[in-house]
Amino acid sequence: MKYQKWSLIIPGIVIFIIGATFPFWYGKGKASAPPALELNTPEIDQLAKKQCVEDTAFMRANHMKLLQTWRDEAVREGKRVYTAKGGRTFEKSLTGNCLVCHSNKENFCDRCHDYVDAKPTCFDCHIVPGEVKK
Amino acid sequence: MTPSRRDFIKTAAATVLALILPGSFNPVRAKTKAPVAGNATFSKNNIAHTLTAKRWAMAVDLTKCTADCTDCIVACHTLHNVPNFGNPKDEIKWIWQEPFSAVFPGEQHAYSGERLRKLAPPVFCNHCENPPCVRVCPTGATFQRSDGIVMMDYHRCIGCRLCMAACPYGARSMNYRNPRPFIDRINPDFPTRAKGVVEKCNFCEERIAKGLLPACVEACRQKALTFGDVEDTRSEIRLLLEKRFSLRRRAHLGTGPQIYYLL
Amino acid sequence: MLEKALKGKHGYWIWIAVLFIVITIGFSFYLRQLDYGLGVTGMSRDVSWGLYIAQFTFLVGIAASAVMLVLPYYLHDYKAFGKITVLGEFLAVAAVFMCILFVFVDLGQPSRVMNVLLHPRPTSILFWDMVVLIGYLLINIVTGWVILSCTRKEIPPPGWVKPLIYLSIPWAISIHTVTAFIYAGLPGRNFWLTAIMAPRFLASAFASGPALLIVVCLLLRRWGNFDAGEKAIQALAKIVAYALAVSIFFVLVELFTVFYSGLPEHEAPFFYLFAGLEGHKNLVPWMWASTILAFGALIPLIVPPLRRRTGWLALACVAVFVAFWIEKGLGLIIPGFIPSPLETITEYSPTGTEIAITLGVWSAGLLILTLLYQIFIAVRSELHVTGDTFDMKR
Repeated sequence: MKYQKWSLIIPGIVIFIIGATFPFWYGKGKASAPPALELNTPEIDQLAKKQCVEDTAFMRANHMKLLQTWRDEAVREGKRVYTAKGGRTFEKSLTGNCLVCHSNKENFCDRCHDYVDAKPTCFDCHIVPGEVKK
Repeated sequence: MTPSRRDFIKTAAATVLALILPGSFNPVRAKTKAPVAGNATFSKNNIAHTLTAKRWAMAVDLTKCTADCTDCIVACHTLHNVPNFGNPKDEIKWIWQEPFSAVFPGEQHAYSGERLRKLAPPVFCNHCENPPCVRVCPTGATFQRSDGIVMMDYHRCIGCRLCMAACPYGARSMNYRNPRPFIDRINPDFPTRAKGVVEKCNFCEERIAKGLLPACVEACRQKALTFGDVEDTRSEIRLLLEKRFSLRRRAHLGTGPQIYYLL
Repeated sequence: MLEKALKGKHGYWIWIAVLFIVITIGFSFYLRQLDYGLGVTGMSRDVSWGLYIAQFTFLVGIAASAVMLVLPYYLHDYKAFGKITVLGEFLAVAAVFMCILFVFVDLGQPSRVMNVLLHPRPTSILFWDMVVLIGYLLINIVTGWVILSCTRKEIPPPGWVKPLIYLSIPWAISIHTVTAFIYAGLPGRNFWLTAIMAPRFLASAFASGPALLIVVCLLLRRWGNFDAGEKAIQALAKIVAYALAVSIFFVLVELFTVFYSGLPEHEAPFFYLFAGLEGHKNLVPWMWASTILAFGALIPLIVPPLRRRTGWLALACVAVFVAFWIEKGLGLIIPGFIPSPLETITEYSPTGTEIAITLGVWSAGLLILTLLYQIFIAVRSELHVTGDTFDMKR
């Protein structure tokens, strides 16, 4: 009786392997350019030293954790000032700090987020500059 | 010996659990402490000029407040991006007017004079000393600061609305819909909220942090609102409360409301 | 044992199909609610809880009623209940499942529901409600399943099941005590601010839950080829009778306190329920229907010749179930919000979307119940055991 079932098992295994490895072989050969981030906003151009809150590698890896830490410390503990490496101080605010320089969300934040299909809900509440005229 | 189906399932389940459990615990343990490159000890916890207090409170002088004026309401709702849905069902309000009999149930009687009947005191969150909303919140999304302000953390709120049931003053509003399209003029200096969270007056804590008084206090053309530290014996509000008779809303409930209405 | 749910007669599959259709419709309406927000319901700034929480409150009582079978059998050796404790435990599973679903669909930000566990607040009764409901669900899934498997294999249950079953008894009391405490501890809601809220929950649970069990047993006798035994059914009916009488008494006691003391703030919600308040009377016909059904059901439940007639018994049990579905459902939730803290009256009526989602959740619970009971019937009929000759407690 076991041998009758092989006619179902083998195709099942094949379909599974095809499906499970789909992400690896489907895009082979197609060039998918990494996201190009535009840093030349008017606000950044005006900076003497073009330095973010922390260095690029750190921000790339940890900006979400940093924002979550800021969020809890600013809202829940009232601690609104962040001292970066090197001693520069910043207000812990997405709209009021990060987006002041990075005022081009569509060509900066969205580029990577769309690429990895991350959908942060921050912007449901936190206002993006340019979205609203004063 | 072939294992029974039950044993196989038990082993498989145990294996799966052993594989995923360590990973699933990580986000919880990791919390939100970022590996901060900067100096993690905050040399300046507050922006300069932050106003501090042991217990923030507000006095509303009903001899100065006029019923036909809405300066405080307009200022607050404009500054804080409070939406206007145009229907009482979805309504969101942080500060609004009510007739005297609703603000102080039981204090108005059949023979109360014209003056009392014409009053329309502004009502808003009382930032109670003993807030029932904070007690019932299952996630700590509403919490009390050391300076007495009852805060909302909109990031944590799950929208269960137990705080709305707990508040004896009806001070809280729920976002039953996405508020963004209904804000007349968005103030880009303050976030909006998303649908599904509860909001209320925050005593302008973001302004206090910058050394400013609440928007309603500044906007009131009659100067009927006095904001201050009620535990500072020399504050203006303390002097007012000592000189004048004041009522609080439903004080017998033991909530310790910090809005004092001067009559 | 799960595979037993995959075999059934024609009627069984039609019922399952109907349930799936209602679930799918309810789910699609829920997607609409996720997109638009809770504004698709009839809830408002003044009445911030509605049909969903009403169902949750009522179902917590149904879930707790398993204890009415477990306590007499396991603590007092009442053998007549031996065959059907599993039915009670499975009903508890389905009911708690629905409770959890109803709370979930009522949340404004359901994706954040884990915040209750990530940032626990022991001062919040809702936190404890989550704890006791999940615990009760697990206890009943495990005990029901294990007892049924052991019945099937005709072996005594493992030793560790007994303490778990004993635990389920106070735990059942705890689930609706905690739920009652959600309401009874709120300082601003006079309708709920009564010490008798938790006892009322208990009494109505022990009336409505066993009433449902009786109806299910009668259905299973007719169509499921399973006879719970006349002794068990009659005992359950007597429990329903007493619990119903106590529930009615508790409501009368509330009415006395409120109306004899004459406190306007306490009288107002009761006026709203039974007479209308300032012209607002949405719930008045419902409350009187509930009252008539409750009093009416008392008679066949108390009078033995009527109680022993299946038709009268079934009718009375359905009446009890509906009466408490009203009284512990919207009849409990809405008057908590009327009048509002600012003495205004905003009425509530559920919208079509809300009703569709509610029916979807009920169907999901009924699906769980159907599957579990099908397994139960299959196991029982395999046994060829008539009467409770095998003592499960050894």
